Amino acid sequence: MTIADVLLLCLGAVATGAALLVVTTRHLVRAGLWLVVALGALAGCYLVLTAELIAWVQVLIYVGAVVVLLLFAMMLTRAPIGPSEDLDRTRWPGALVGSGVGGGLAALLIHAYRWSQVETPEAGTAERIGTEIFRAWVLPFEVLSVLLLAALVGAIVISRPDIGAGHQGRTTSHGDRRPIGINSDNGAGGEETPAAHRSDHPDRDGGEP
Amino acid sequence: MHPVIPYVIAALLFGIACYGVLVRRNAVLLLMAVELMLNAVNLVLVTADATIGATTGQVFTLFVIVLAAAEIGVALAIVLQLYRLRRSVVTDGIGVTDGPDSPDDSDATDQTAGDAATAGASDGPGSEPTTRSEVDA
Repeated sequence: MTIADVLLLCLGAVATGAALLVVTTRHLVRAGLWLVVALGALAGCYLVLTAELIAWVQVLIYVGAVVVLLLFAMMLTRAPIGPSEDLDRTRWPGALVGSGVGGGLAALLIHAYRWSQVETPEAGTAERIGTEIFRAWVLPFEVLSVLLLAALVGAIVISRPDIGAGHQGRTTSHGDRRPIGINSDNGAGGEETPAAHRSDHPDRDGGEP
Repeated sequence: MHPVIPYVIAALLFGIACYGVLVRRNAVLLLMAVELMLNAVNLVLVTADATIGATTGQVFTLFVIVLAAAEIGVALAIVLQLYRLRRSVVTDGIGVTDGPDSPDDSDATDQTAGDAATAGASDGPGSEPTTRSEVDA
Protein backbone atom coordinates (compact mmCIF):
# COMPACT_ATOMS: atom_id res chain seq x y z
CA MET A 1 0.00 0.00 0.00
CA THR A 2 1.61 3.18 -1.15
CA ILE A 3 0.45 6.72 -0.41
CA ALA A 4 -1.27 6.80 -3.80
CA ASP A 5 -3.29 3.73 -2.86
CA VAL A 6 -4.38 5.21 0.44
CA LEU A 7 -5.34 8.47 -1.22
CA LEU A 8 -7.29 6.62 -3.90
CA LEU A 9 -9.11 4.58 -1.27
CA CYS A 10 -10.08 7.68 0.71
CA LEU A 11 -11.17 9.67 -2.35
CA GLY A 12 -13.02 6.66 -3.70
CA ALA A 13 -14.88 6.24 -0.43
CA VAL A 14 -15.87 9.92 -0.52
CA ALA A 15 -16.94 9.65 -4.17
CA THR A 16 -19.04 6.52 -3.75
CA GLY A 17 -20.60 7.80 -0.52
CA ALA A 18 -21.54 11.10 -2.10
CA ALA A 19 -22.85 9.29 -5.17
CA LEU A 20 -25.02 7.10 -2.94
CA LEU A 21 -26.42 10.21 -1.33
CA VAL A 22 -27.07 11.76 -4.76
CA VAL A 23 -29.29 8.84 -5.74
CA THR A 24 -30.97 8.38 -2.36
CA THR A 25 -31.48 11.81 -0.81
CA ARG A 26 -34.95 13.28 -0.61
CA HIS A 27 -33.84 16.87 -1.02
CA LEU A 28 -33.54 17.87 -4.66
CA VAL A 29 -31.08 20.67 -4.10
CA ARG A 30 -28.95 18.60 -1.74
CA ALA A 31 -28.63 15.97 -4.48
CA GLY A 32 -27.00 18.64 -6.64
CA LEU A 33 -24.64 19.64 -3.85
CA TRP A 34 -23.66 16.02 -3.13
CA LEU A 35 -22.97 15.70 -6.84
CA VAL A 36 -20.39 18.47 -6.41
CA VAL A 37 -18.72 16.42 -3.65
CA ALA A 38 -18.70 13.26 -5.77
CA LEU A 39 -17.30 15.00 -8.84
CA GLY A 40 -14.69 16.83 -6.77
CA ALA A 41 -13.52 13.57 -5.20
CA LEU A 42 -13.27 12.08 -8.69
CA ALA A 43 -11.14 15.05 -9.75
CA GLY A 44 -8.90 14.18 -6.82
CA CYS A 45 -8.71 10.60 -8.10
CA TYR A 46 -7.61 11.88 -11.49
CA LEU A 47 -4.90 13.92 -9.82
CA VAL A 48 -3.62 10.90 -7.93
CA LEU A 49 -3.63 8.98 -11.21
CA THR A 50 -1.42 11.80 -12.60
CA ALA A 51 -4.00 13.00 -15.11
CA GLU A 52 -3.73 16.59 -14.04
CA LEU A 53 -5.24 18.24 -17.12
CA ILE A 54 -8.29 16.00 -16.85
CA ALA A 55 -8.62 16.86 -13.18
CA TRP A 56 -8.72 20.59 -13.83
CA VAL A 57 -11.06 20.20 -16.79
CA GLN A 58 -13.29 18.11 -14.55
CA VAL A 59 -13.38 20.86 -11.95
CA LEU A 60 -13.99 23.52 -14.59
CA ILE A 61 -16.68 21.82 -16.64
CA TYR A 62 -18.40 19.38 -14.31
CA VAL A 63 -18.22 21.10 -10.95
CA GLY A 64 -18.34 24.55 -12.50
CA ALA A 65 -20.71 24.37 -15.42
CA VAL A 66 -22.75 21.17 -15.37
CA VAL A 67 -23.78 21.36 -11.73
CA VAL A 68 -24.70 25.01 -12.10
CA LEU A 69 -26.83 24.12 -15.11
CA LEU A 70 -28.54 21.36 -13.13
CA LEU A 71 -29.23 23.73 -10.24
CA PHE A 72 -30.62 26.25 -12.73
CA ALA A 73 -32.91 23.56 -14.09
CA MET A 74 -34.13 22.81 -10.58
CA MET A 75 -34.79 26.48 -10.02
CA LEU A 76 -36.70 26.83 -13.29
CA THR A 77 -38.79 23.73 -12.62
CA ARG A 78 -39.71 25.02 -9.16
CA ALA A 79 -38.03 22.32 -7.15
CA PRO A 80 -39.32 22.30 -3.58
CA ILE A 81 -36.87 23.31 -0.88
CA GLY A 82 -37.84 20.72 1.72
CA PRO A 83 -37.84 16.93 1.39
CA SER A 84 -40.00 15.44 -1.34
CA GLU A 85 -41.63 12.08 -0.75
CA ASP A 86 -42.37 11.05 -4.33
CA LEU A 87 -38.90 11.14 -5.87
CA ASP A 88 -38.42 7.39 -6.15
CA ARG A 89 -40.17 4.54 -7.87
CA THR A 90 -40.30 1.08 -6.36
CA ARG A 91 -36.77 0.59 -5.16
CA TRP A 92 -36.02 -3.10 -5.28
CA PRO A 93 -35.75 -3.61 -9.09
CA GLY A 94 -33.37 -0.69 -9.34
CA ALA A 95 -31.38 -1.89 -6.36
CA LEU A 96 -31.19 -5.37 -7.85
CA VAL A 97 -29.98 -4.19 -11.24
CA GLY A 98 -27.65 -1.58 -9.77
CA SER A 99 -25.97 -3.93 -7.33
CA GLY A 100 -25.80 -6.59 -10.03
CA VAL A 101 -24.11 -4.27 -12.49
CA GLY A 102 -21.77 -2.76 -9.91
CA GLY A 103 -20.88 -6.07 -8.30
CA GLY A 104 -20.47 -7.81 -11.63
CA LEU A 105 -18.19 -5.16 -13.05
CA ALA A 106 -16.19 -5.03 -9.83
CA ALA A 107 -15.78 -8.81 -9.81
CA LEU A 108 -14.71 -8.78 -13.46
CA LEU A 109 -12.11 -6.06 -12.90
CA ILE A 110 -10.80 -7.65 -9.72
CA HIS A 111 -10.48 -10.94 -11.55
CA ALA A 112 -8.64 -9.22 -14.40
CA TYR A 113 -6.19 -7.16 -12.36
CA ARG A 114 -5.81 -9.02 -9.04
CA TRP A 115 -3.38 -7.13 -6.83
CA SER A 116 -1.02 -6.25 -9.63
CA GLN A 117 1.15 -3.20 -9.27
CA VAL A 118 2.17 -0.64 -11.87
CA GLU A 119 4.64 2.21 -11.82
CA THR A 120 3.28 5.69 -11.31
CA PRO A 121 2.98 6.93 -14.88
CA GLU A 122 4.32 10.12 -16.37
CA ALA A 123 2.08 13.08 -15.60
CA GLY A 124 -0.62 13.85 -18.16
CA THR A 125 0.19 17.51 -18.50
CA ALA A 126 -1.52 19.86 -20.91
CA GLU A 127 1.51 19.64 -23.17
CA ARG A 128 1.35 15.85 -23.50
CA ILE A 129 -2.41 15.72 -23.93
CA GLY A 130 -2.36 18.61 -26.40
CA THR A 131 0.32 16.92 -28.46
CA GLU A 132 -1.70 13.70 -28.49
CA ILE A 133 -4.94 15.46 -29.46
CA PHE A 134 -3.49 17.51 -32.27
CA ARG A 135 -1.29 14.76 -33.59
CA ALA A 136 -3.56 11.72 -33.51
CA TRP A 137 -7.09 12.96 -32.82
CA VAL A 138 -7.49 16.15 -34.85
CA LEU A 139 -10.46 14.99 -36.88
CA PRO A 140 -12.55 13.77 -33.90
CA PHE A 141 -11.69 17.03 -32.17
CA GLU A 142 -13.07 19.08 -35.04
CA VAL A 143 -16.15 16.89 -35.36
CA LEU A 144 -16.70 17.42 -31.66
CA SER A 145 -16.70 21.17 -32.11
CA VAL A 146 -19.33 20.83 -34.83
CA LEU A 147 -21.34 18.63 -32.49
CA LEU A 148 -21.18 21.26 -29.76
CA LEU A 149 -22.48 23.85 -32.18
CA ALA A 150 -25.29 21.53 -33.27
CA ALA A 151 -26.21 20.83 -29.66
CA LEU A 152 -26.33 24.54 -28.91
CA VAL A 153 -28.58 25.26 -31.87
CA GLY A 154 -30.74 22.28 -30.98
CA ALA A 155 -31.14 23.46 -27.42
CA ILE A 156 -32.25 26.88 -28.64
CA VAL A 157 -34.74 25.39 -31.10
CA ILE A 158 -36.20 23.11 -28.44
CA SER A 159 -36.48 25.75 -25.76
CA ARG A 160 -38.00 28.53 -27.83
CA PRO A 161 -41.79 28.07 -27.88
CA ASP A 162 -42.30 30.18 -30.98
CA ILE A 163 -39.96 28.39 -33.38
CA GLY A 164 -39.14 24.81 -34.26
CA ALA A 165 -40.44 21.79 -32.45
CA GLY A 166 -41.58 23.78 -29.47
CA HIS A 167 -44.23 25.60 -31.45
CA GLN A 168 -47.45 24.27 -30.07
CA GLY A 169 -50.25 26.38 -31.43
CA ARG A 170 -52.11 25.37 -28.31
CA THR A 171 -55.33 27.18 -28.93
CA THR A 172 -58.49 25.85 -27.39
CA SER A 173 -59.98 24.90 -30.74
CA HIS A 174 -57.30 22.25 -31.25
CA GLY A 175 -57.54 20.94 -27.76
CA ASP A 176 -59.61 17.90 -28.64
CA ARG A 177 -56.75 16.25 -30.53
CA ARG A 178 -54.42 16.52 -27.59
CA PRO A 179 -53.86 13.61 -25.18
CA ILE A 180 -55.19 14.08 -21.72
CA GLY A 181 -52.68 15.48 -19.34
CA ILE A 182 -51.04 18.03 -21.55
CA ASN A 183 -53.57 20.78 -21.52
CA SER A 184 -55.98 19.42 -18.99
CA ASP A 185 -54.42 20.33 -15.71
CA ASN A 186 -53.86 23.58 -13.94
CA GLY A 187 -53.57 25.90 -16.90
CA ALA A 188 -50.40 26.11 -18.89
CA GLY A 189 -50.34 29.68 -17.71
CA GLY A 190 -47.98 32.24 -19.15
CA GLU A 191 -46.94 30.78 -22.45
CA GLU A 192 -50.17 29.08 -23.28
CA THR A 193 -50.97 30.40 -26.72
CA PRO A 194 -48.31 32.15 -28.67
CA ALA A 195 -50.38 31.25 -31.73
CA ALA A 196 -53.40 32.96 -30.28
CA HIS A 197 -51.38 36.08 -29.77
CA ARG A 198 -50.23 35.90 -33.30
CA SER A 199 -53.50 35.12 -34.93
CA ASP A 200 -55.27 38.05 -33.38
CA HIS A 201 -52.30 40.24 -33.90
CA PRO A 202 -53.54 42.18 -36.97
CA ASP A 203 -56.67 43.14 -35.07
CA ARG A 204 -54.67 44.41 -32.20
CA ASP A 205 -52.45 46.33 -34.53
CA GLY A 206 -55.52 48.00 -35.91
CA GLY A 207 -56.89 48.61 -32.44
CA GLU A 208 -53.90 50.25 -30.88
CA PRO A 209 -51.88 52.23 -33.36
CA MET B 1 0.04 1.87 -7.36
CA HIS B 2 -2.58 -0.85 -7.61
CA PRO B 3 -4.90 -0.19 -10.56
CA VAL B 4 -7.58 -2.44 -9.12
CA ILE B 5 -8.56 0.22 -6.56
CA PRO B 6 -9.75 2.91 -9.01
CA TYR B 7 -11.28 0.22 -11.21
CA VAL B 8 -13.41 -1.03 -8.34
CA ILE B 9 -14.35 2.53 -7.42
CA ALA B 10 -15.50 3.09 -11.01
CA ALA B 11 -17.51 -0.14 -11.02
CA LEU B 12 -19.27 0.78 -7.77
CA LEU B 13 -20.00 4.29 -9.07
CA PHE B 14 -21.51 2.82 -12.22
CA GLY B 15 -23.70 0.50 -10.19
CA ILE B 16 -24.90 3.34 -7.98
CA ALA B 17 -25.64 5.46 -11.04
CA CYS B 18 -27.55 2.54 -12.58
CA TYR B 19 -29.69 2.41 -9.46
CA GLY B 20 -30.27 6.15 -9.71
CA VAL B 21 -31.30 6.03 -13.37
CA LEU B 22 -33.75 3.22 -12.73
CA VAL B 23 -35.27 4.53 -9.50
CA ARG B 24 -35.46 8.30 -9.78
CA ARG B 25 -38.64 9.79 -11.17
CA ASN B 26 -37.54 13.41 -11.34
CA ALA B 27 -35.93 14.16 -14.71
CA VAL B 28 -33.24 16.41 -13.24
CA LEU B 29 -32.19 13.74 -10.73
CA LEU B 30 -32.13 11.27 -13.60
CA LEU B 31 -29.68 13.52 -15.43
CA MET B 32 -27.49 13.65 -12.32
CA ALA B 33 -27.34 9.86 -12.26
CA VAL B 34 -26.38 9.86 -15.94
CA GLU B 35 -23.57 12.28 -15.17
CA LEU B 36 -22.33 9.91 -12.48
CA MET B 37 -22.32 7.09 -15.03
CA LEU B 38 -20.24 9.13 -17.46
CA ASN B 39 -17.81 9.92 -14.66
CA ALA B 40 -17.43 6.26 -13.80
CA VAL B 41 -16.50 5.59 -17.42
CA ASN B 42 -14.03 8.48 -17.34
CA LEU B 43 -12.37 7.00 -14.29
CA VAL B 44 -11.97 3.69 -16.09
CA LEU B 45 -10.39 5.44 -19.07
CA VAL B 46 -7.94 7.41 -16.94
CA THR B 47 -7.02 4.34 -14.91
CA ALA B 48 -6.40 2.30 -18.04
CA ASP B 49 -4.10 5.07 -19.19
CA ALA B 50 -2.20 5.03 -15.93
CA THR B 51 -1.89 1.26 -16.17
CA ILE B 52 -0.15 1.21 -19.52
CA GLY B 53 1.39 4.68 -19.49
CA ALA B 54 -0.43 6.05 -22.53
CA THR B 55 -2.39 9.27 -23.11
CA THR B 56 -5.14 8.08 -25.45
CA GLY B 57 -7.53 7.37 -22.61
CA GLN B 58 -7.13 10.86 -21.28
CA VAL B 59 -7.92 12.30 -24.70
CA PHE B 60 -11.06 10.18 -24.76
CA THR B 61 -11.92 11.41 -21.29
CA LEU B 62 -11.75 14.96 -22.57
CA PHE B 63 -14.04 14.00 -25.44
CA VAL B 64 -16.51 12.39 -23.04
CA ILE B 65 -16.53 15.51 -20.87
CA VAL B 66 -17.32 17.67 -23.89
CA LEU B 67 -20.06 15.26 -24.96
CA ALA B 68 -21.49 15.41 -21.45
CA ALA B 69 -21.60 19.19 -21.62
CA ALA B 70 -23.45 19.07 -24.95
CA GLU B 71 -25.80 16.40 -23.62
CA ILE B 72 -26.65 18.34 -20.50
CA GLY B 73 -27.48 21.43 -22.56
CA VAL B 74 -29.92 19.64 -24.84
CA ALA B 75 -31.36 17.56 -21.99
CA LEU B 76 -32.09 20.63 -19.90
CA ALA B 77 -33.85 22.27 -22.83
CA ILE B 78 -36.01 19.16 -23.14
CA VAL B 79 -36.68 19.09 -19.39
CA LEU B 80 -37.75 22.72 -19.38
CA GLN B 81 -40.04 22.10 -22.35
CA LEU B 82 -41.53 19.13 -20.49
CA TYR B 83 -42.09 21.35 -17.49
CA ARG B 84 -43.85 23.90 -19.70
CA LEU B 85 -46.16 21.24 -21.08
CA ARG B 86 -46.95 19.38 -17.88
CA ARG B 87 -46.02 21.59 -14.96
CA SER B 88 -43.90 18.79 -13.57
CA VAL B 89 -40.75 16.91 -14.54
CA VAL B 90 -41.87 13.47 -13.40
CA THR B 91 -40.80 10.95 -16.01
CA ASP B 92 -43.65 8.52 -15.44
CA GLY B 93 -46.25 8.13 -18.13
CA ILE B 94 -44.79 10.25 -20.86
CA GLY B 95 -46.15 8.61 -23.98
CA VAL B 96 -44.08 8.48 -27.13
CA THR B 97 -46.98 10.00 -29.06
CA ASP B 98 -47.36 13.04 -26.84
CA GLY B 99 -45.40 15.15 -29.26
CA PRO B 100 -46.46 18.51 -30.61
CA ASP B 101 -46.77 17.23 -34.18
CA SER B 102 -50.41 16.48 -34.62
CA PRO B 103 -51.69 17.58 -38.04
CA ASP B 104 -53.97 20.23 -36.59
CA ASP B 105 -51.09 21.94 -34.95
CA SER B 106 -48.97 22.06 -38.07
CA ASP B 107 -51.94 23.58 -39.88
CA ALA B 108 -52.22 26.15 -37.15
CA THR B 109 -48.54 26.90 -37.47
CA ASP B 110 -48.80 27.52 -41.19
CA GLN B 111 -51.92 29.59 -40.71
CA THR B 112 -50.39 31.85 -38.10
CA ALA B 113 -47.17 32.16 -40.03
CA GLY B 114 -49.20 33.29 -43.01
CA ASP B 115 -51.08 35.77 -40.82
CA ALA B 116 -47.89 37.21 -39.50
CA ALA B 117 -46.51 37.51 -43.01
CA THR B 118 -49.55 39.33 -44.33
CA ALA B 119 -49.60 41.58 -41.31
CA GLY B 120 -45.97 42.37 -41.91
CA ALA B 121 -46.62 43.08 -45.59
CA SER B 122 -49.51 45.37 -44.80
CA ASP B 123 -47.98 47.58 -42.18
CA GLY B 124 -44.31 47.91 -42.78
CA PRO B 125 -41.10 45.94 -42.12
CA GLY B 126 -41.61 42.25 -42.28
CA SER B 127 -39.88 41.39 -39.05
CA GLU B 128 -41.85 43.79 -36.89
CA PRO B 129 -44.99 41.78 -36.09
CA THR B 130 -42.98 38.70 -35.33
CA THR B 131 -40.80 40.43 -32.81
CA ARG B 132 -43.78 42.06 -31.17
CA SER B 133 -45.65 38.83 -30.85
CA GLU B 134 -42.55 37.26 -29.35
CA VAL B 135 -42.50 39.97 -26.73
CA ASP B 136 -46.18 39.33 -26.08
CA ALA B 137 -45.67 35.62 -25.79
